[in-house]
Order: sequence, then structure tokens, then C-alpha cells
Amino acid sequence: MSNVANASTVTTVAAPKPQLVIDKVFKRFGDGPGAVVAVDQVSFDVRPGEFVAVIGPSGCGKSTLFNIIGGLLDDYSGDVLCEGDRVAGPHPAIGMVFQEESTFPWRNVLDNVAFPLELRGVGKAERLERAHHFIDLVGLGGFEKRMPSELSGGMRQRVSIARTLVSQPHILLMDEPFAALDEQTRLLLGDKITQIQQDLKQTTLLITHNLTEAVQLSDRIVVMTYRPGRVKRTVSIDLPRPRTSDVVSSAAFGKYVAEIWADLREEASRGMADAEGRTRGAAPRG
Amino acid sequence: MARAASPLMTRGLPIAVGAASVIGVFGLLEALLRLGVVNRYIVPLPSDVLLSLERIIVEENVLARMRETAYEVVMSGLFTILVGVPIGAALYRWRPLRRALEDWVAALAAAPLVLAFPLFLVMFGRSSTTVIVMSVITGLAPMILKTTEGFVATRPVLINVGKSLKMTDSQMFWKILFPSALPLIFTGIRLSWTFVLISVVGIEFLINLGGLGQLINDLAERYDLPGTYAAICFVILVSVVFFVALERLETWLQPSR
Repeated sequence: MSNVANASTVTTVAAPKPQLVIDKVFKRFGDGPGAVVAVDQVSFDVRPGEFVAVIGPSGCGKSTLFNIIGGLLDDYSGDVLCEGDRVAGPHPAIGMVFQEESTFPWRNVLDNVAFPLELRGVGKAERLERAHHFIDLVGLGGFEKRMPSELSGGMRQRVSIARTLVSQPHILLMDEPFAALDEQTRLLLGDKITQIQQDLKQTTLLITHNLTEAVQLSDRIVVMTYRPGRVKRTVSIDLPRPRTSDVVSSAAFGKYVAEIWADLREEASRGMADAEGRTRGAAPRG
Repeated sequence: MARAASPLMTRGLPIAVGAASVIGVFGLLEALLRLGVVNRYIVPLPSDVLLSLERIIVEENVLARMRETAYEVVMSGLFTILVGVPIGAALYRWRPLRRALEDWVAALAAAPLVLAFPLFLVMFGRSSTTVIVMSVITGLAPMILKTTEGFVATRPVLINVGKSLKMTDSQMFWKILFPSALPLIFTGIRLSWTFVLISVVGIEFLINLGGLGQLINDLAERYDLPGTYAAICFVILVSVVFFVALERLETWLQPSR
């Protein structure tokens, strides 16, 4: 059923040239005995139109990887190549969606979504037209004049996604965009993301710790180890497309979840034990 | 089963209780004065104070004095914004400067600057300039501190959005940092203008010049106790209206909050 490859194995499947290459990326925070290696020799790639998820327990360096790929952290070793360019700062081909709610509270939905075009000096008529298009695409038509404070968490996150998509990035990079949402909203937004990704043939890299979300949305899943974050294995998800949230009730879906969880459980347990150890060490002695 | 309170109850009741409390306190004071428990040569009858309100408005030219006080308040307030916001932004931008100066600015907010009025009289003479300069200094500290706080409180994710869009420093400031800091800058404006109003009236009283503060001083020197207290009540009323107006303005200017 699944096509599981070892981390060290180079994929040789006849496929288009990767759009995003992460090659032996290494990042350490601090020096000396207190130094923490966040990601260690991480390598994988994303091909055009592909949806890849990076999954791992808390503390596996997912967000560090997100920041490196997005160009927000540039002092790393190894290479992140976006369409052949080494990423050393935000790359115009990469659009980022953040985990935290990131709409501008002082702008209405339309102005939020049109913001990147405003920065580029796109004329008002054109930018509003394009903003309207992407607002409709994320299913927020009719809410253009609403302020973010009048929207639910899921709607605000859709505004952020529309704001990123309006720049028509070649690669959509998302860091746990649904982390703050309830499970039902998460599944429904997953449908919306799948539909957009399929409609736009959007190359997407999703960073997540949510197993069902990763399997529901992805073509491939990169499983990370707990600290230091390394690629444990890559799993190809061979579920039919177009896909909807109904897929979560299928037997194949359940098998993928169980299979990946078997790997993740070990890493999550290490993470939990580490956190407990640190808490014990920090606790006052009574 | 509990029923939802009507708008009249939720909005009207607190106002009614507040008004009743004020009337109750004045009623009690009136009774204590009439019974001789409190000396009438020190505290006038609230009813006399109430009757004097009309007299001071008509005979003491209160509206012209109010205009003078308003001019000094607006000038001082505008200067606190013009000077305070850039200083607050600079303290945010240069962290060593913030570390060096933030405590001093906070100390400035706590200092009884009004006591330095002789120094300012020497520098600027007995004029509106003295009132304005002293009031600007009084209102500056909350303006600076709240502005810095506003910039510091900008959510890192919004800054990351700006970075991901490759915004220039100037775009980052005007399109993200400044709008994000605006709510606290408005709080700073409200606080500093309130400080400014208190300072203007206080200094007018001290140097016996200009608007409402001087009126209180004049009436006190004439030993017109009901008039003095009526003028004080008038200033309190103006302050309340001023404060409420600033709050409304703040809400109106920021419909998203």
C-alpha cells in the first residue's frame, strides 16, 4: 500500500525536477554545553504541484525548518534551493502561512488580502479584482468589508491563506495553519486547502504535528525524529484525488495513520520523557 | 430560568446608581453642614455651590476663560504627540537607548513637576508659554511610555509576515508597526491629555494667569467659598466631559477594536 523509503535513499522515480530542494540542512541554537541542535542533516525535496507534509513531535525542529525554508533564518548550513536559488532570505517564489493568527486587525478582509499587491504597487482596480478572486476561492465571498475581529478563527486563517495566495507564489509554505482550530473546522478547512491545491496545481509544503491532517492533504509525508530533528522516513500517500475529508473514514486512511503513528509514537514518547526530565530538574526540592 | 437583562437595566442602572451616589454624598454633606457638624466657614453648603454655578458662568466670563484653557490644553496636547510619539518610536527602535532612558521617563511621570514652576516662570515669564511648556513636560511621559509599549507589543508573527513579503524598513514601520501600535498610542494620548488638562488648570491656578485655574484662584482670594467650589465643580465637569470625549474619539477612530 504505502511506498516507504529510507531517509538516506535518493528518490529515483522519473519525476519533474524538484521545485524545492532541502539538502543536508543543519541548524544549531547557542554554543557550548547548552547548545541545541534543532535540525540535523535534513534532506528532502518537493516537486511541482506536489503536496508534501513534514510531520514530527513538538521539539523536532519543524518550525525552525519552516523559518529556514521561508528565509526568516539564514544562518544555517546545508542548502535550501528554491527553483535553483539558494534561500538566504525571503524568496519571492515562496508564500508563507503562519501558525499564529496573522491578519492585520486594522484592515478589513479585502484590504488584508490585497496587502501584498499594494506593496508591489499594483493598481487599485487590479489588486481589488485579484483580492476578490482569492477571497472567493477560500470561500469568504460576502465578507470583504468585515474586520478580522468579526470573523471566527477559521475564517481569519482563510484570510491569511488568501493573502498569501494573492501573490501567486510558486510554493505555498504553511506552518501548522490549523493548529488553533477545532477538529471539525480543521477537516473542513482541509477540504478547502485540498480543493485550492488541486485547482491551482499549487506546490505546497505543510509543516504539522497533526497526523490526520497530514494524511488527508498530502502526496508525501516526511516523518521527523525528536530532537535533533532528522528525517526518519518518507511515506508516499496513495489515496485517490480529488480528495475530501470523507477520506478519513476509509480503511486505507486508517492504515496510513496507524503506520505513521507507529513511527511518531516512539519520537513523541522521547519528547515527552525529555520534557518530564527537564521539568523534574527544574522543580524546587522540597 | 434567568432572563436577559434589558438594555435599560444594563446601561441605565449604573448611570442612575452613579448619579444617586453623588446626590447622596452632597445631600449628606448638606445635612452635616446644616446640623453644624462640619464648619460652614470651611465648606460651603452644596446648595449654595449649585446656586453659584450660574453666577460664575455669567459674571466671571467662564466661556472666555474656558477658551483660554482649551487653547493651552490643545497646544500642549498636540506638542506631547508631536514630541512624544517620535521619542517613543526611537526608544523602541534603539534598544540601548530604551534601556538607558525608559526608567528616567517613568520617573518623569511620577515627579511632581508642578513644583518646578518658579524655574519656568524665570525662563518664560508669567505667560501661556510657561503653562504650555510645563504641561507638555507633564504629559510627555505617558505619551512616550505608551508609544514604546505599543511598538514592543507588536505581535512577532505580523513582523514575520512583513519579512516574508520582503518589506522595506519604512514599509514595515508605516504599514505594520505603526498601525499595530496605534491602540496603545491612543491610550497614551488619552492619558497624556488628561495629565495636560490637570497641569494646565493647576499651573493657571499657581501663577494666577489665564483660564479656569485663575478663576478658582481669583474666587478663593475673594474668599467667595461657594463661587470657588462652584468653579472647582465646573472644572471637574469639564474634565469628565473631556475624558469621555477622548474615550469616544478613541473608539470611533479604531472601529476594529
